Amino acid sequence: MQYFLILATVMFFAGVYGFLTRRNLITILMSVELILNSVNINFMAFNRYLYPHKLEGMFFSIFVIAVAASEAAVAIAIIINIYRRFTTINVEDVDEMKF
Amino acid sequence: MASNQIMFILFAAMIVVFSILTVTSGKILRAAVYLLFVLVSTSGLYFMLNYQFLAAVQLTLYAGGIVVLIIFSILLTSHISQNFESSGWKKNIFSALAALIGAILSIITILDYSFSATTEAAQEVNMKLIGKSLLSVDHDGYVLPFEVISVLLLAAMVAAIVVAKKGAPRKTELSNLNQK
Repeated sequence: MQYFLILATVMFFAGVYGFLTRRNLITILMSVELILNSVNINFMAFNRYLYPHKLEGMFFSIFVIAVAASEAAVAIAIIINIYRRFTTINVEDVDEMKF
Repeated sequence: MASNQIMFILFAAMIVVFSILTVTSGKILRAAVYLLFVLVSTSGLYFMLNYQFLAAVQLTLYAGGIVVLIIFSILLTSHISQNFESSGWKKNIFSALAALIGAILSIITILDYSFSATTEAAQEVNMKLIGKSLLSVDHDGYVLPFEVISVLLLAAMVAAIVVAKKGAPRKTELSNLNQK
């Protein structure tokens, strides 16, 4: 049980590191996917080892996966639109809305 | 039990190695493929925990859907062998420090805390039970989040189409402005 949580922690902070250091919008999106996935592992481990007679963790994971999918779809639409307008997806070059 | 542990160690090693490679790899397409490996081994973990339905959802939605979407957008927006210009070493070091300290703190907390499991018998997860509880309005039903998530998916679909379709009038406005 603890090993699952430690594994999810390592994965989560790998995602956080990627989120902080990357400059490309798509790799930032990939880091967010890593973070969401590690949270799902946590939910499943809790559900299996602490409350095996219920299914709450599993349904929560399903909803998290659905939210992650819709988030990825919208984010990629925005990224393609940004690329069309600025011909780059580097976060430091897209600063037109900066005041 | 032993084979279970071996499988867990295998999947855990794969997840740790590939998730660190995902955020450090220099080539963007390779990072996407490493992300695919992470997601597939996560679904292996779910199979190991006997949640077959969730493992299948993970495989089809994450590995099949999101990774393909990401790879498509990578191919649309950048060159395959493009290297990142790495951000400054100062930023790298401080981010690594933040992530390391956070990870160590949470691992210490996890190891300190004593989890107490229930003694009730495990429930078998089958498709019939999942479908019934997703659509039931009883105490253990999930019909409200189910409906909310369906509205959210519809909204996300419409939003993705609207955002990604060609904004023809705006572009001409922009080029007119540039000409002036």
